Amino acid sequence: MVSAREVAKAVPDPELPMLSLADLGILRDVEETEGGGVIVTITPTYSGCPAMDAIRADLSAALRAAGYAEVEVRTRLAPAWTTDWISEEGRRKLAGAGIAPPGPAPARRPGPVPLTLGPPRRRPGCPLCGSHDTEELSRFGATACKALWRCRTCREPFEHVKEL
Amino acid sequence: MSSGDPREPLPGRHEPFLGNAYEALNQGEDTRWAYGTGFADPLAGVDTRVPEGVDGADLAAYCLMLGDDALIMSHRLQEWCAHAPELEEEVALANIALDLLGQARLLLSRAGAADGSGSDEDALAFLREAGGFRNVHLVEAENGDFGQEMARLLVFATWRLALLDRLAGSRDPVLAAVAVKGVKEVAYHRDYAAGWVVRLGDGTSYSRRRIAEGLAAVWPSVPELFVPHEVESRLAAAGVGVDPATLREEFDAVIAHVLTTATLTPPAGPGGSAVPRGRDGTHTAALTRLLDEMQSVARAHPETTW
Repeated sequence: MVSAREVAKAVPDPELPMLSLADLGILRDVEETEGGGVIVTITPTYSGCPAMDAIRADLSAALRAAGYAEVEVRTRLAPAWTTDWISEEGRRKLAGAGIAPPGPAPARRPGPVPLTLGPPRRRPGCPLCGSHDTEELSRFGATACKALWRCRTCREPFEHVKEL
Repeated sequence: MSSGDPREPLPGRHEPFLGNAYEALNQGEDTRWAYGTGFADPLAGVDTRVPEGVDGADLAAYCLMLGDDALIMSHRLQEWCAHAPELEEEVALANIALDLLGQARLLLSRAGAADGSGSDEDALAFLREAGGFRNVHLVEAENGDFGQEMARLLVFATWRLALLDRLAGSRDPVLAAVAVKGVKEVAYHRDYAAGWVVRLGDGTSYSRRRIAEGLAAVWPSVPELFVPHEVESRLAAAGVGVDPATLREEFDAVIAHVLTTATLTPPAGPGGSAVPRGRDGTHTAALTRLLDEMQSVARAHPETTW
């Protein structure tokens, strides 16, 4: 029997299916209980991300299919998920699927949260041609975690997982 | 049976015929759909014990205040779906509404757990009368034009970001965690609204007039944001909540920075008029109309599951 941790790690993210939950960095704990059950603890990405409910269901289904009778999925809110927890492998898979991976999450300095007027300082490289001459089209995209960008060299639009 | 019989299966079609499109979508995949087996409790597995020395009813009321602000603002933003000036802006407004809805779900669930009532998020969102809602008036006002919405979102996000940033130090670990996550989200909302206020204010004479009108329409709702309710004062003293009066300085500084960049001046204060008390459950007819729509399905089909 495959360990519950290995099963849980391999479950794909429903909205970024090239990533496993392990790549995404939301699995906090996988604990096998004495009665053949599993308690999985996950951390939400965004407060309103509708994929979280699908992820709970997918984890449950995958672990049951692997022979674990009872599956409980728990939420852990703190510490909050950050895109820094996406693995190196996950970043390679994102880029391979044409999605620019996030840069380092902004470090928080003391004092009020700074306002950003104008384009972001850091520009992701184009995942298609590699150019760094890119521009932000919209900070909000098809899912909560992505922004829409365009490459000024190859002219292709692309998605970018924004730093959180 | 002739070859033209419409009942004959299409060539190559091996799927069993399903009675309707929803059945076809829904095959064994219930939980992928919002109308499926229901969302899980967003606080499943989270320790929701009330911190020592804190009144559970006060904590629940406070969570409703912050949760209702997010829920009603989210609904107003959702009303822009299919009405925004550009597809990109529509997607942005829907994303912001989704973040706020997520914050509302966590806060309403926390409210139900804090007062021992066990009310879940759905009961609190869909079965309360307008008088039970504790949101500020800013969020319940009917939508105006896009400029007015950007003015409202700038005011709301600037105020809420300052609030959540302080709430991150709450003695209640659930509120603190919701706030830490919310700060990152609302920082994006504020940047978005500020960007549009600058673009419209520093744009054409026409766009400038429209955003100035939008700011003037929103401005009378600003003073209420900084008047503490007795529950807010008690929880602030207990190290669990935030006294909204303490947010004014940061709010004024950010708004002044944005308006200066936008070559706009702040509208004159509302002057002398009584400050509304949404936190006490006093609301305008606009909230009643909003709830009529938002709650209609839940009220028409109580306890229904799909």
